[in-house]
Amino acid sequence: MPSIAVEGLERAFGEVRAVQGIDLAVEEGEIYGFLGPNGAGKTTTVRMLTTLLLPTGGRASVAGHDIVAEARQVRGSIGVALQEAALDPLMTGRELIRLQATLQGLPPAAGRERADALLERVDLADAADRRVGGYSGGMKRRLDLAAALVHEPSVLFLDEPTTGLDPVSRKTIWEEVRALNDDGTTVFLTTQYLEEADQLADNVGIIDSGRIVAEGTPESLKGEVGNPYIELLVGERAVAEAERVCAELGRLLPPKDGKRVLVEVEQGAADIPRVVRALDEAGIAVESLELVRPTLDDVFVAKTGHHLEKEEDRDADEEMAPA
Amino acid sequence: MSDLAKSARVVRALGARSIRQTFRRPQLMAPIVVFPTLLLAVQTGGAGAGIELPGFPPVQSFLQFMLAGSMMQSMMLAGNSGGIAFAVDIEMGFTDRLFAAPIPRFAIVLGRLAGTAALGLFAAIWFLAIGLIFGAEIAGGVPGALLAMALTTAAALAVGGIGAAIALRTGSASVVQGLFPLVLVVLFLSSAFFPQELMIEPAKTIARYNPLSFIVEGVREPIISGIDATHTLEAVAAIAGIVVLGLVLSARALRHRLRVG
Repeated sequence: MPSIAVEGLERAFGEVRAVQGIDLAVEEGEIYGFLGPNGAGKTTTVRMLTTLLLPTGGRASVAGHDIVAEARQVRGSIGVALQEAALDPLMTGRELIRLQATLQGLPPAAGRERADALLERVDLADAADRRVGGYSGGMKRRLDLAAALVHEPSVLFLDEPTTGLDPVSRKTIWEEVRALNDDGTTVFLTTQYLEEADQLADNVGIIDSGRIVAEGTPESLKGEVGNPYIELLVGERAVAEAERVCAELGRLLPPKDGKRVLVEVEQGAADIPRVVRALDEAGIAVESLELVRPTLDDVFVAKTGHHLEKEEDRDADEEMAPA
Repeated sequence: MSDLAKSARVVRALGARSIRQTFRRPQLMAPIVVFPTLLLAVQTGGAGAGIELPGFPPVQSFLQFMLAGSMMQSMMLAGNSGGIAFAVDIEMGFTDRLFAAPIPRFAIVLGRLAGTAALGLFAAIWFLAIGLIFGAEIAGGVPGALLAMALTTAAALAVGGIGAAIALRTGSASVVQGLFPLVLVVLFLSSAFFPQELMIEPAKTIARYNPLSFIVEGVREPIISGIDATHTLEAVAAIAGIVVLGLVLSARALRHRLRVG
């Protein structure tokens, strides 16, 4: 049985249909990346799955419990870290975790013990008795994550957990999410960052205008929009000869400018030596070579006709990409 | 641990948080303590001769008469501040954290009200202490003081229920804050600061039927003349009416909030 099962889930606000009949299934122990631009319906979906908002159609279960009929059992099984880290700036980190422990029904001694362990785990032990208002964005996110884990939930909902964070803080959150998943926690993660979904998710659902437009593993989704290609920069006089050589190795793509040759390859990096060798044998000097893989943004463009991320977000993703 | 015991722990924890929040946010604390204390000082200093007027109830001093009014002002502003704080929680998403927990959702409202009630008790103790320090007598003695404290605490809970309902319905701190002048109008159109007998129409009639007047008199009697069953029961009835109204409105607003998000 999936940890999260959604069938025809809908939510309308008056005339506005924010979520328009989505279906999805998240298996136990999976990280599911729910990817989409602002206003696509991600947060509305999370709010319904976490019982904060009633659906207007369809049904869903989380951890085996119906989100409407068994809302309280759902709430006992899930951890939730919502967008914009909803923390009281006047509380200290320790007070917040202890309050969360009380809300989850932990006995006082166990709550205190768990709070100390979690604060240690998210590296906030030294700041535990400071008011949250003085925390940095990354510290607030880590505290929010710790609060969501206080009762060791089987399913964790993270709504845009790294939005607005610097690359280092983002990476810290990613590492923590991976560690939680390694421990068996199912993670439902909404994000508008392609790199985040690509790096973390076992499966990705892409939502746009309240509908799921694509679903699958990041690799399979990218595979749907084409193979990787090699982009070669050669001298201007060698372009025609390079194109002739490359045409025998793979499908030529329309060139970007007069100097670059683009050739699609099936095996990605494994094809690079073959291409380099053929060009060398033909006496063509290669000034630079880059393997370009399809991204989830290419998938998004193919499915919706527009880009998922704004230019500045793409730059941020590039900063985060592994070297 | 039973469900009831768990809910009681949650109410206590949220009540404690609400009290801490008030003491840590000066703009919430000022209306509860500073303004009523200043008004008490100004009125006692400037209008003390009023007790000589014909129709003024027999009191030991003007300060003794005013204590109940100051407690009511502080209690009502505590209810308003509680509503503002609740709305701030909604605005910043903190209530989502509470709504996502496996607890009866009404415990969240009760937690907030527990904090407001505690502030009502604090207000009663504060003003009784000021009264005693500056020479006012508590005619009903220790039982009278305890009764005044109990009624003020219960009244704070009742008024807090209205504030919580408005916060839940609107989700806007500025809307709840906008009720501040209304609190003063309700106070001045009651017997909090003037004896009903000395008011002119239509204020006199409004004050006669203003539920706050019944609560004021219930708190004032044990201070100025001793415990009186009629005034006490009228105050309890007025408080009970406001409690029921506040709880019904809060429950409806809570359902509305969960329906519309």
